[in-house]
Amino acid sequence: MTTQKMSLNVNGQAHQIEADPDMPLLYALRNDLGLNNPHFGCGLAQCGACTVHLDGQPIRSCITPVSAVGGGKVVTLAGLGTPEHPHPLQTAYVEEEVPQCGYCINGWLMTAAAFLRDNKKPTEAQIKEALSGLKCRCGTHMSILRAVKRAAIMMG
Amino acid sequence: MTKHDNPRAFSRRSILKTGGALVVSIGMPIGLDTALAIGEARAQGARPPLTPDQLSSYIAVNADGTVAAYFGKMDMGQGLFVAIGQIVAEELDVPFGRVKVIMGDTATSVNQGGASGSTGIQLGGKQMRVAAAEARRVLVEMAAEKLGVPADQLTVVDGVVQAKDDQAKQASYAELIGGRYFNVQLDWNKQVGNLLYAPGKAQPKPASEHKIVGQPIKREDIAPKVFCQEDFCTDVKVPGMVHARVIRPPVAGATPARIDEGSIKDIPGGRVVHDKGFLAVVADTEWGAIQAMQQLKVDWSDTTPPFPDQAALFDHIRRAPVRHAETEGKETGNVAEAFRTAARVIEAEYEWPFQSHACMGPACAVVEIKDGQATCWSGSQKPHFVRDGTARTLDMPMEKVRAIWKVGPGSYGRNDADDCAADAAVIAQAIGKPVRLQYMREQGTGWDPKGPASIHRARAAIDASGKVVAYEFTSKGFSRIDVQTNGGMPTDTLAGQLLGVPLVVNDGFGVPAESYAFDNKKLSWETIAPLLDRGSPLRSAHLRDPVGPQVHFASESFMDEVAAALNVDPVEFRLRHVKAPRDIAAIKAVAEKAGWVSRPSPRRDQTGNTVSGRGIAYSQRNGTIVAIVAEVDVDRSTGKIFARRFTVAHDCGQMINPDGLTKTIEGNIVQGVSRTLWEEVKFDPKNVTSVDWLTYPILDITETPEVIDVVLINHPELPPSGAGEPSIRPVAAAIANAIFDATGVRIRRVPFSPDRVKAALS
Repeated sequence: MTTQKMSLNVNGQAHQIEADPDMPLLYALRNDLGLNNPHFGCGLAQCGACTVHLDGQPIRSCITPVSAVGGGKVVTLAGLGTPEHPHPLQTAYVEEEVPQCGYCINGWLMTAAAFLRDNKKPTEAQIKEALSGLKCRCGTHMSILRAVKRAAIMMG
Repeated sequence: MTKHDNPRAFSRRSILKTGGALVVSIGMPIGLDTALAIGEARAQGARPPLTPDQLSSYIAVNADGTVAAYFGKMDMGQGLFVAIGQIVAEELDVPFGRVKVIMGDTATSVNQGGASGSTGIQLGGKQMRVAAAEARRVLVEMAAEKLGVPADQLTVVDGVVQAKDDQAKQASYAELIGGRYFNVQLDWNKQVGNLLYAPGKAQPKPASEHKIVGQPIKREDIAPKVFCQEDFCTDVKVPGMVHARVIRPPVAGATPARIDEGSIKDIPGGRVVHDKGFLAVVADTEWGAIQAMQQLKVDWSDTTPPFPDQAALFDHIRRAPVRHAETEGKETGNVAEAFRTAARVIEAEYEWPFQSHACMGPACAVVEIKDGQATCWSGSQKPHFVRDGTARTLDMPMEKVRAIWKVGPGSYGRNDADDCAADAAVIAQAIGKPVRLQYMREQGTGWDPKGPASIHRARAAIDASGKVVAYEFTSKGFSRIDVQTNGGMPTDTLAGQLLGVPLVVNDGFGVPAESYAFDNKKLSWETIAPLLDRGSPLRSAHLRDPVGPQVHFASESFMDEVAAALNVDPVEFRLRHVKAPRDIAAIKAVAEKAGWVSRPSPRRDQTGNTVSGRGIAYSQRNGTIVAIVAEVDVDRSTGKIFARRFTVAHDCGQMINPDGLTKTIEGNIVQGVSRTLWEEVKFDPKNVTSVDWLTYPILDITETPEVIDVVLINHPELPPSGAGEPSIRPVAAAIANAIFDATGVRIRRVPFSPDRVKAALS
């Protein structure tokens, strides 16, 4: 296993890491940078729990080699908003009290954030289609949909 | 700040922010009748032992007047902790916001059973209610002495005890005991787990006085999750920690025959942990551990593939010798005789596959063994049993082991969390370093304990007048407790089984829970041996509402079949035969809310590719009654079912928090739809082949019902019963009955996947 030094721009900050260039970005974010928001769900890009934005686009960090990020700007859920300056989706999730376990939240929020940014006043069918690649095992889909619709109005 | 923070420090004393000097302990706990000065006797600075008979094990008042409620059950994300906080605040007469529910740590709570059987409120809340009531009683007595006013002349307002006729005479809870511990013994029934009950002398309030219980109080644990302020069990890090992965055999039951440790020598910190059937690797980094898992060269023992062809599963169940049989309840009348003389017999058989917990993430655990103490961080819904299991696995005394729950990636029963904790303990002990182990996706889905597969036979005897005179229902399947409901014993964990501990045979299944009254009636079950008795990826255990969806899919589908055979409306049929008043009320409530129009099924008025139907199903569960109407669309050309709308009538006695209850019901329905339409564990003769979301598909948001309309039936005069599982129970039957209504075709095997429905329709 050979490692190399790489720099990562995450949530507006530059970080230096030394890792196997083939290692998925997820492990760099979680273990090298200590960010607890992207989760390991499948390692297969099937569930979305690991989603981050790379140059504004949602990607599955569990299958993205860290070396492929290059100088791209990575944003995680922690970079989406703060309690002082929340993203509308974060506000809507709190208002709608979405969780059960909460492990999938990261994927839904990061995917929906990019979708709502690019699609104003979406229909319910459009929202569902945009989020169809995400999993929630607890069955909170009704609350998730209410929250995304609420955020869509806020971002209208 | 979340309301259910886990304390970070080891000692509970650090949580009690002691203001000023501590009162010196008076020593041994004293009985309630001890005639010592009450203020001295009931409060002390030193912590009484954390035992179920101590009031301090449940309730403490901090120096600032906030209340800590130490809860020995678990909230797995449904907001149970809010309801528990409401119950405690209600009995103590403190504002809800002043109560913090603390759970999931064996150092701060006694074993009330963890999350188990939807008993969080039913049993866990019952105990917290009597403990809080007792705390209030004791505090009022302490105030009586301090103020020189008889206790019956005192009242409590927002945590301040005051004289009814002179509000100037008052003492706050904080003044009375803040920062010290109750030293009050409770009348413990000597049980631990779900059945633990330890009341004091106080009687809880009557429901008519409730102001906080019954309110839709919101949760405060969402913000920390969306702002990334809360660690999951996957985020726990311990100094010096290394990473581990386990390696499971390609053929279930095979054991490592030869391991080439040199094959991972290039991986920093790469090591093999191997003992009998147990095999794991560790590395300095998580990615290193994953690579070691993939890279390690292992020759496995030559093992005969243990499983039948999947297509033969239900035939295997039919033919397998019965290992254990039980008739639950008493047989009513003479069933055999009634069938012998029946004018007509209606019979049907139903099939339910193995299903996986398939949690959002595979299980994770961190174990540290240091200075003779072991600590396990786990997402298990039963941390007290994780402690017990860790102690037994490590051969350490219980009191030297602490288990700490951190939010895990979902839990719906006996999932892979307990196995992961035991695996991590074995690895940590073997290498002498703290270990973080997370399973891979294929291990989470492929190797978690499964909900059992089963067949269900039902028959009804009809007399010449068309009356149902006898009903017989028998389930036959794998035990729901092939491995037990927790990992407290090594025999119930994969690690224990792979290390060769003796196996224990456990048989359990269930019968329909309903109040159909027929003159002759018999409900029974039979279990068969597992396909592989040790280290099996198809070992069966509790999955949300253990065997409830299976049994009631069959029994409530069958009631519909009988109704259709007799040309009776399905709601009308149930109302004719169901006898319990609350059951009748729930069925009527759901029919009314759904706008049910009386007519027999199926509809015969539809043409075209997409047809619609409605179906009802109902069931009880440990005191809770649920009736569901499903409305579905069936695409005849693709066989795809859209379970479009649900109406749910839900009666769980006294309602504690209608907001949390409604969302809990929604989650049940959605997960129930997923299990009904999609979920089936696939396997071949060698192993389970459902190993990810493609091979174990679940519902996605485009398939989520458009509407779930919930009717909450509140009975404040009754004790609360459970809500975590009851409403998943009748979902499959309601959908099956709606498909029949739409198409005239009866689907008797779950899941109702498009290919199966299409085949049934053609």
